[in-house]
Amino acid sequence: MPAPQPPSPGTEERPRPRNTADLFWSFTWLALQGFGGVLAVVQRELVEKKRWMTNEEFVEDWAVAQIMPGPNVVNLSVMIGDRYFGLRGAAAALAGMLLFPMLLVLALAVVYAQFASHPAVAGALRGMGAVAAGLIAGVGLKLAMALRKHPLGLWGCALIAALTFGGMALLRLPLAWVLPVLGGAACAITWRRIPA
Amino acid sequence: MNTIALQPMDWLNLFLYYLSLSLLAVGGAIATAPDMHRFLVERQGWLTDVQFNASIAIAQAAPGPNVLFIALLGWNVGLNAGGIGPAGWASGALGLLLCMLGVMLPSTALTWLATRWGHRNRDRRGVRAFKQGMAPVVIGLLLATAWILTSAHGNPATDWPLWLLTAASTVLVWRTRLHLLWLLGAGAVLGALGWV
Repeated sequence: MPAPQPPSPGTEERPRPRNTADLFWSFTWLALQGFGGVLAVVQRELVEKKRWMTNEEFVEDWAVAQIMPGPNVVNLSVMIGDRYFGLRGAAAALAGMLLFPMLLVLALAVVYAQFASHPAVAGALRGMGAVAAGLIAGVGLKLAMALRKHPLGLWGCALIAALTFGGMALLRLPLAWVLPVLGGAACAITWRRIPA
Repeated sequence: MNTIALQPMDWLNLFLYYLSLSLLAVGGAIATAPDMHRFLVERQGWLTDVQFNASIAIAQAAPGPNVLFIALLGWNVGLNAGGIGPAGWASGALGLLLCMLGVMLPSTALTWLATRWGHRNRDRRGVRAFKQGMAPVVIGLLLATAWILTSAHGNPATDWPLWLLTAASTVLVWRTRLHLLWLLGAGAVLGALGWV
């Protein structure tokens, strides 16, 4: 099994996790911040704070994580962990993403029954849900800024993103239709525009 | 507590069911929730409707990947089979482990293998075209997810404070580096006070 490579060899020193324990606690910490989905926190922590990857690399990895079966953020943690420390890294990142959040969710389930009917609790959950939707939209806009250097050009990218949005959000088409058609077209045009 | 009796074959069935579901979970585990309802509630009668819905709601409200609702479903099946007290907890832990292992093993193994292949071949034109070409589609999907979560708030005419909260958090995430937990905390307080 070949030794895993850092993301882009050739670039000079860039921050990376020190060891598998660092990976485990980094993913634990970001999973525990991720109310209503972990994606926004992953971008904030790994790209903006730790600088392990750029926005461009994040979008590319996220695309693969999204297409593979299984939960997206779980796939992403396996991919990133493997890149730095191979199978051990993948296991450490995966365990970080799941272990403490699972214990927390169990604890919540045990106390849930006492407080479920309290109106303030229901209201707090509603408010956090509204913010969580905004977090995802904000990350989407932030990542869209990374498309400026894209082979399809800004307008080509905007058109494809808009068609995807329309198909999924407005027409509510199944992902199994949208992804092959729009993704296939986007990849084919990109293939023609990049150097061999 | 409604008690059910699970034979060893039933536990095996539970595990095999989640194994078989794993590779179908393209687009997130939550997309396969309707099928879990059909199997666990309607066909086997291992969970009540109330337990099923509460498991999803708690996992959505808690931090961490949303896939943890499957851990709660398994926990509740185990509790139903084991009864109250330590025997119930042991059986709950067994249910949790079987469901999570079943749903994670195939998809995570596939992602891991695909990542390794993709990384070894990252200079191939096809791999580059795929990763770059998918980027605008992925951004469209993110915005669509945010839109679907937002429209779950209800009618913009009456529930406009929730929509406003989502819009405000979108702009704050996009334009500032404010810590995400402040935003979620603010949402929780506004909701608990009944302002949104």
